[in-house]
Amino acid sequence: MDRRTFFKASLAGGTALAAGAASCPAQARETHPMPPEAVGLLFDSVLCVGCKACVAACKQANGMPMEFSTKDQYWDTPLDISGKTLNVIKAYRNGNMEAKDREENGFAFIKKSCMHCVDPSCVSACPVSAMRKDAKTGVVTYDKDACIGCRYCVAACPFGVPRFTYDSPTPQISKCQLCIHRHKDGKYAACAEVCPTGATLYGKVSVLREEAKRRLALKPGEKTEFPRGHLRAAEEKALRGAPEGKGEQRRQGWQDDGAQRYPGVAGQYLQHVYGEKEFGGTQMLMLSGVSFQKLGYPDLPPRSDAATSETLQHTLYGGLIAPIAVLGALTFIARRNVKHEDEEGGQHG
Amino acid sequence: MANHTHAPAPLGGSLFTPFTLLLGTLSAIAGVILLYRLFYGLGAVTNLNDGYPWGIWIAYDVVVGSAFACGGYAMALLVYIFNKGQYHPLVRPALLASLFGYTLAGASVIFDLGRWWNFWHIFWPGYAQVNSVMFEVAVCISAYIVVMWIEFAPAFLEKWGLKDVRQKLNKLLFFFIALGVLLPSMHQSSLGSLLVIFGEQIHPLWQSGMLLPLIYLMTAILLGFAVVIFEATLSSTGFRRQLETPVLAPLAKLMYGLLAAYVVVRVLDLLLRGALGSAFAATWQAFWFWVEMACFVVPLATLATDRARRSAGRLFAGAVLLMLGGFLLRINGFLVGYMTGEGWHYFPSLAELMVTVGLIAFEILAYIYIVRNYPVLPAAQPATR
Ligand code: SF4
Ligand code: SF4
Ligand code: SF4
Repeated sequence: MDRRTFFKASLAGGTALAAGAASCPAQARETHPMPPEAVGLLFDSVLCVGCKACVAACKQANGMPMEFSTKDQYWDTPLDISGKTLNVIKAYRNGNMEAKDREENGFAFIKKSCMHCVDPSCVSACPVSAMRKDAKTGVVTYDKDACIGCRYCVAACPFGVPRFTYDSPTPQISKCQLCIHRHKDGKYAACAEVCPTGATLYGKVSVLREEAKRRLALKPGEKTEFPRGHLRAAEEKALRGAPEGKGEQRRQGWQDDGAQRYPGVAGQYLQHVYGEKEFGGTQMLMLSGVSFQKLGYPDLPPRSDAATSETLQHTLYGGLIAPIAVLGALTFIARRNVKHEDEEGGQHG
Repeated sequence: MANHTHAPAPLGGSLFTPFTLLLGTLSAIAGVILLYRLFYGLGAVTNLNDGYPWGIWIAYDVVVGSAFACGGYAMALLVYIFNKGQYHPLVRPALLASLFGYTLAGASVIFDLGRWWNFWHIFWPGYAQVNSVMFEVAVCISAYIVVMWIEFAPAFLEKWGLKDVRQKLNKLLFFFIALGVLLPSMHQSSLGSLLVIFGEQIHPLWQSGMLLPLIYLMTAILLGFAVVIFEATLSSTGFRRQLETPVLAPLAKLMYGLLAAYVVVRVLDLLLRGALGSAFAATWQAFWFWVEMACFVVPLATLATDRARRSAGRLFAGAVLLMLGGFLLRINGFLVGYMTGEGWHYFPSLAELMVTVGLIAFEILAYIYIVRNYPVLPAAQPATR
């Protein structure tokens, strides 16, 4: 009797589980595609001179406090992104550092700030939608009024980008939001706006990708031109300067003229656009002469962890079908067994 | 008729002993630290940093703590779903321990949340983000805490003499029992799924991807059994009662079967992912991996025969090892194997540790109070030996 009920219960439970799993056939969640209007940054380590104008401009545009790392606190010296710093330029050094952009006995500069992933872990992890990805521009934003401060985003981001202000009783996450608060005035990311060399360039990801590919196709030492500031597609430029232009036209016309290009010489690049494929793609793309792993960027697979995690969740809990089926089976079994026991145990009730 | 002696009854006895006073002091210290944390922030009392944003308040208090509190779940599964009525005397005490384990884990999360005043957003449409594993864990754990209080209500109703309420509740109890089996199955597995999104930041020895939920669920039930054996042994010594070995030995047999299945799953997963090689590297991760595995494999050897499982000493030792193994699996996954890049370190501060210790102390204290005053443990003669 006991054995039989045991067997029946296992069978019923198993059937329910199988039914649940079958009714939501592997709701595999693919890595999200890039939003068509996605905007982002192109960082070219070879063009960067390490002036850190972008770090200062970022602080100013976002009202972030200074951070000191030297004994005499003369100037803002952040060593890494933090609760007070959204963007830093770090140096790579090796041996006697005699040549720029060389791995051996060389040095290079690298930017660290939010990558604005196409399929961000932080957004998938956040339980309260405080991290969101804009459907149109793809900018990953943070809303402190929604945030519960669980720091799942901090732990989940493969680039270690979101930072948290542990020292405050009212802490919050800090991370680059691509200066979206400046977009409405026709302005763009402050780091790109001030960068003297165009090492940090703002624009549509599709345009930036093209520019990156153009640079990779150049022969080292070849004469060329580099844009700086906000890089637009050729067709957009036609709209520039329309007199009395309103709305879209006027915005497109902001600070984009011939003076924003300068002649230069192509450097020695690795044939790799970091962020094109990594992790399902990122909206900050990077070029470099030194391997990205040496510069502190992980070698990531093309599938985002968000896609894996959500596939798992959807398979188990999609439409709550499996849990409800299992609950039904459990209720049925428990009801019979509890009743059975009530009859037996009535004597001491 | 034999059932008669097993009906639960309050133990009675004094609440003030040196042991309970010690527990009370430890709980009070934790309370003071938590108060301090509310005013001065997490950084003032913890060693958390952006490389290790989760410390022991999550990895131990929640992930391990709730797994240690799976006794009630494992027993309910056995008694009400697999209809193993002979384990019935174990249900109530196990449920009580689970009730405290979970309630305190849930409460302690509030102190770990940086912006705790917003915590209700998790349950609020518009904020709630259903793709988040954390969302699933939070909702399921909260629901389970409520369900457990309802499941446990008969013990209070009995004491307060509210017979008709009790009878009415009894009629519906089967539904809450079913929920009480479903919910922990969901969130105990999801505690493992939390690691999926960390991707390559988790050492390959613990990044089992799609198998994480299964691994965490199996060990949660395993821990449930182990904890029941552990608690039954301790409370029979602590309250000078006869040991329930006749019930525990067959329970240990089931536990043994599950343990064997778990070890097979764990090793197969490592082999198939090609991760086993990294267990032979000279790293701390590899070291702790072997300690963890030993905690599972040793009981596999020492509890292999019926005779071994009837020995109270061996059974207790096996249960302790399994608890240690489950503890290590979780701490390894969430802290030891969490590789966030160079330059980050974390070891809990004294204050962090004292909060965790105080929490455990408070749990034990509450357990003692309840079993002395409410019908939880099966009534029995004190052991004469
Ligand atoms: S402003 Fe431009 S050149 Fe200067 S550090 Fe920043 S990215 Fe490099
Ligand atoms: S880099 Fe990190 S914080 Fe930025 S979008 Fe990607 S996952 Fe989110
Ligand atoms: S810390 Fe805030 S933003 Fe980050 S996952 Fe938690 S609730 Fe979301």
